Amino acid sequence: MAWTNKVLRVNLSEGTCKSEPLNTEWAQDYIGQRGLATRYMVEEVDATCDPLGPDNKLIFATGPLTGTMASTGGRYSVITKGPLTGAIACSNSGGFLGAELKSAGWDMVILEGKSDKPVYLYIENEEAQLLSADDLWGKSVWETDELLHKKHQDPQLRIAACGRSAETGCLYAGVVNDLHRAAGRSGVGTVMASKNLKALAVRGTRGVGNIKDPARFMETAREQKQVLADHPVTGEGLPTLGTQVLMNVINETGALPTRNMREVKFDGARKISGEQMLEVRKTDGRPNLTTNAACFGCTIACGRISTIDQGHFTVENKPQYWGNSGGLEYEAAWALGADTGVDDLDALTYANFLCNEDGFDPISFGSTVAAAMELFDIGAISTKETGGMEFNFGSAEALAWAAEKVATGEGFGADLALGSKRLCEKYGHPELSMTVKGQEFPAYDPRGIQGMGLTYATSNRGACHLRSYTVSSEILGIPEKTDPLVTDGKAGLVKAFQDVTAAWDSTGLCLFTSFAWSLENVAPHMDSACEGDWDADRLMETGERIWNLERDFNMRAGLTAADDTLPKRLLEEAANTGPAEGKVSGLAEMLPEYYKERGWRQDGNLSDETRERLRLPG
Amino acid sequence: MQKSLHIDPGKCTGCVQCELACSFENEGVFNTAKSRIKVFTFHQEGRFVPYTCTQCDEAWCMQACPVDAIVINAKTGSKDIIEDRCVGCKVCTIACPFGTVNYNQDTGKVIKCDLCGGDPACASACPTAAITYIDADTTGLDRMRAWAAKTDNTAQASA
Amino acid sequence: MNYVIVGAGPAGVIAAETLRRMDAGASIQLIGDEPEPPYSRMAIPYCLMGRVAEDGTYLRKSDRHFDGLNIEVINDRVLSVSAAAASVALGSGTTISYDRLLVATGSTPISPPIEGMDLPGVHPCWTLADYRNIAARADKGAKVVLMGAGFIGCIILEALAARGVDLTVVELENRMVPRMMNEASGGLIKRWCEQRGVRVLTSTRVEGITGGNPLAVSLSNGETLIANLVISATGVAPNTQFLEGSNVDIDPGILVNECLESSVANLFAAGDVAQGRDFSTGDYTIQAIQPTAVDHGRVAASNMTSGHEQLHRGSLNMNVLDTMGLVSTSFGAWEGVSGGESAELNAPDRFKYLNLQFHDDVLVGANTLGHINHIGVMRGLIQTGLHLGVWKDRLLDNPLCLMEAYVAATQGVGLTTKALD
Repeated sequence: MAWTNKVLRVNLSEGTCKSEPLNTEWAQDYIGQRGLATRYMVEEVDATCDPLGPDNKLIFATGPLTGTMASTGGRYSVITKGPLTGAIACSNSGGFLGAELKSAGWDMVILEGKSDKPVYLYIENEEAQLLSADDLWGKSVWETDELLHKKHQDPQLRIAACGRSAETGCLYAGVVNDLHRAAGRSGVGTVMASKNLKALAVRGTRGVGNIKDPARFMETAREQKQVLADHPVTGEGLPTLGTQVLMNVINETGALPTRNMREVKFDGARKISGEQMLEVRKTDGRPNLTTNAACFGCTIACGRISTIDQGHFTVENKPQYWGNSGGLEYEAAWALGADTGVDDLDALTYANFLCNEDGFDPISFGSTVAAAMELFDIGAISTKETGGMEFNFGSAEALAWAAEKVATGEGFGADLALGSKRLCEKYGHPELSMTVKGQEFPAYDPRGIQGMGLTYATSNRGACHLRSYTVSSEILGIPEKTDPLVTDGKAGLVKAFQDVTAAWDSTGLCLFTSFAWSLENVAPHMDSACEGDWDADRLMETGERIWNLERDFNMRAGLTAADDTLPKRLLEEAANTGPAEGKVSGLAEMLPEYYKERGWRQDGNLSDETRERLRLPG
Repeated sequence: MQKSLHIDPGKCTGCVQCELACSFENEGVFNTAKSRIKVFTFHQEGRFVPYTCTQCDEAWCMQACPVDAIVINAKTGSKDIIEDRCVGCKVCTIACPFGTVNYNQDTGKVIKCDLCGGDPACASACPTAAITYIDADTTGLDRMRAWAAKTDNTAQASA
Repeated sequence: MNYVIVGAGPAGVIAAETLRRMDAGASIQLIGDEPEPPYSRMAIPYCLMGRVAEDGTYLRKSDRHFDGLNIEVINDRVLSVSAAAASVALGSGTTISYDRLLVATGSTPISPPIEGMDLPGVHPCWTLADYRNIAARADKGAKVVLMGAGFIGCIILEALAARGVDLTVVELENRMVPRMMNEASGGLIKRWCEQRGVRVLTSTRVEGITGGNPLAVSLSNGETLIANLVISATGVAPNTQFLEGSNVDIDPGILVNECLESSVANLFAAGDVAQGRDFSTGDYTIQAIQPTAVDHGRVAASNMTSGHEQLHRGSLNMNVLDTMGLVSTSFGAWEGVSGGESAELNAPDRFKYLNLQFHDDVLVGANTLGHINHIGVMRGLIQTGLHLGVWKDRLLDNPLCLMEAYVAATQGVGLTTKALD
């Protein structure tokens, strides 16, 4: 129950769309969304396949709570083998598409093969068809969105699309839905474009029912909404400042990676902070932030809706960027700002708009620009390579220019589109790439927040904060405070966060609820909505199962224990200021203990006992 | 004192909890497509506006119904559809100048807000108090009602 | 005061109720010539498709409704009106005098002047008696020919299709609902019906009907159709014959002024028999739609009572039609106005169509196909003459944002300044 028990299988090579029953046994073991789609990937995809070849599959998956009234219950994930990392890629998005897909009657869509010609998938309830996207190819996400609405004459149509960056091979292209919500990381949009699939256009009017105990579920949803409303982070911090509530906090902690992680504090942090977004601009009398906004069913509403100053150099004579659109989240503001040394809020917002408009990950993009700036700084590249642009740290012009070039894959934009790892390798300085498994870091310096070092090193999709957000414990004290500067106990903390998160990401709920909720709050939603008995312990164990399944896929894909590491800079160059001054990441102290906690062998593979205990497929 | 739904768009975040609550109350499923209240998104302006029937005095829908399928709820003042009577002719859907009566193709009947009989689910579900159910006098509905009156086909000649 | 209303359709019933509300002590007599309680003709097709029983068509559901309001319902036929004597003569031989008379006699189907229209099995679909005759023959699989694909014909089409008959529609003009939808959208309705197994012959005339059961229907294209049932929906004419000699001006409906009073004092007209004012054109025409009948009944009644004057600014001509699940609408000046602008979206392969007509920054007309949500706002926008300001240009670019334009303009979300001046 709560599942629709239907999977839409789309074979792009054959041009067919078929309905098949959901594997409900797997649903009991892997819930939905991230976990369940990974189970399908493991079953159906050769882990060694070329991520951009026809043998890879791309899964859009909802969770059992997606489309329900549970607060934040509108999430979906895109799961595939990622081109940036060669590892399992799972990218999570909000907005309204996931709930629409569920309301159309589908738990997930599995896209396989590769289309000869550009197509988009149109889903209207039970009916699904592949339609020509000849007129959409070469268009941005925003143009695609408008064209599809007009073509179908349906204002309620929900659209997810890849942009021009994906079409031109950007390895960190995402899938953007509802104009500015994105399954942004790991290049899931690149895989989409590689299949000649431009968009999903979904209309669902069947609704989500099939709730096990509707009265109890409604009561649970009501109670848990109140828990979110009463919590300072979800009830006040996030609605008011969004994730950007963190910019000043993390900077003060001395854990704000700056200028390609050379430094841990950014003197311009305040100018790009959430607080600054509320300040009225002198030029036009408006603040950057117009309003906060919610995704489907979300009672937190952390989304930022922003404008750019119409007189700013980035948008002069470009009225298409004068209106409101999705504004800066913390990770984006950090990557586009602190990591590049740019403290121009309008320039950051502009780059963020372009990331949405053409579907590329602002974290990977900003970090790659930061790497290019360091390459430029040390003379490894010059204006000859960049095509004339001075890539100086702090240059808002370079940032905006780079975003325009990556959007379309032109000139130096094609180099930047490969990501930091490939860029730095190409120009002879692989050590300057701040990546794990090929994916760029997010906004927490592992020297100042030790748990995040282990998080990045062991994340199944490459460097990522959303695989175990120990920041919550180490900085915010949620659920309990741990010291960010020590490594003791972090192996267990990371494992716990990873397992909890894996379960969370499989339910259809947003991880941001976890500031106020634990699995004890998630469980009653699951238990009243879904077939089976669900308590926090079962969710935790399921999360561990999912984590290990992802790990197993990666090991089959050819990754090894050697990939569980960090760039030399973080292991050897100490933080130069702040509370973490003199510290490097203590990964070496944490990693063996982590393997032990996980029940993995020294080579990084799952032990037989672990596999058996978690009932993982052989 | 009769109560009305009061909508303050400035507080709305576009979360559609109201639509979910409405559809669950009325259809037994979470289905925003069948909600009697609808949140409109103004992307460029960054605004969200929940919108539903104001239970206007003119009751265009009720007047236009050829089979007496829309009646006034004496308790709440809402104009309620009597499903058994509705033949699905849709005349009310074009007669309502607010566009708040919609045809449900799955049932062949029309749907509109009935204030849930006096305890509107949308208002209970709204996390930001953008939708409240309060004394009619204080809802500021006058503005909409003034507009509704302009739809009138007649003008009162001064005596 | 003594009010007499001739005709017990929607206009007559609304008028009677309005009169009672405004004049508690008056005598109100409502005369109808059909045996059933006052009912709605437009509900008959829904009866035919089984959504409601016969009593589901009744305008008021309570047996005691009219008694309760002290409205005397008389089942009789008015033969003539004497304006001089202020009286009406009934078929039963009695005469009723009035202080104010409302003629709300509606219209009657007109038969094309061809052979065989009086044969058994050839019927209009107009009265409950017709309904019974049609229901008796329109069994699943029965061969049925429907003459006329105008608005009424198309509603009947829906009902017949729902009964599972083997249906052929014959329409004289080049498309379906020619007076409601333009060529682009009318053509789509035809294709939609054809894809669902209905044969639609446009630009085709029925030339004659012969035989018993089955009937033989000969067409202008040389074909002869075999039919168990022929339904005629080729148009209606206002019921004004009984007014001969009454000095009431007629063209072809009863000419009325802004008070819905005819050329004869104290004699008012309402509904399909009256040529009331059209909101869009200002002309006096027969609209023959339910909302207009209601407008007329209400306004006429108000003006019939002493001391009240309510001017009829004109009813908006609008229609909504469901043709086998494809919903189409028309509002006001859907064909456009001179000097105006229009926006159109046409998706013939998806049976979706949207056409908005503007004069300056005011919506004046619309046609839609395949749209069912919030369609009433088109009426609201047209009839309030709302200035759309910046939203006009947005609508020209993307007519889909109609509801946003409407909400923005009426809800004062700071998007246009001309909302409620």
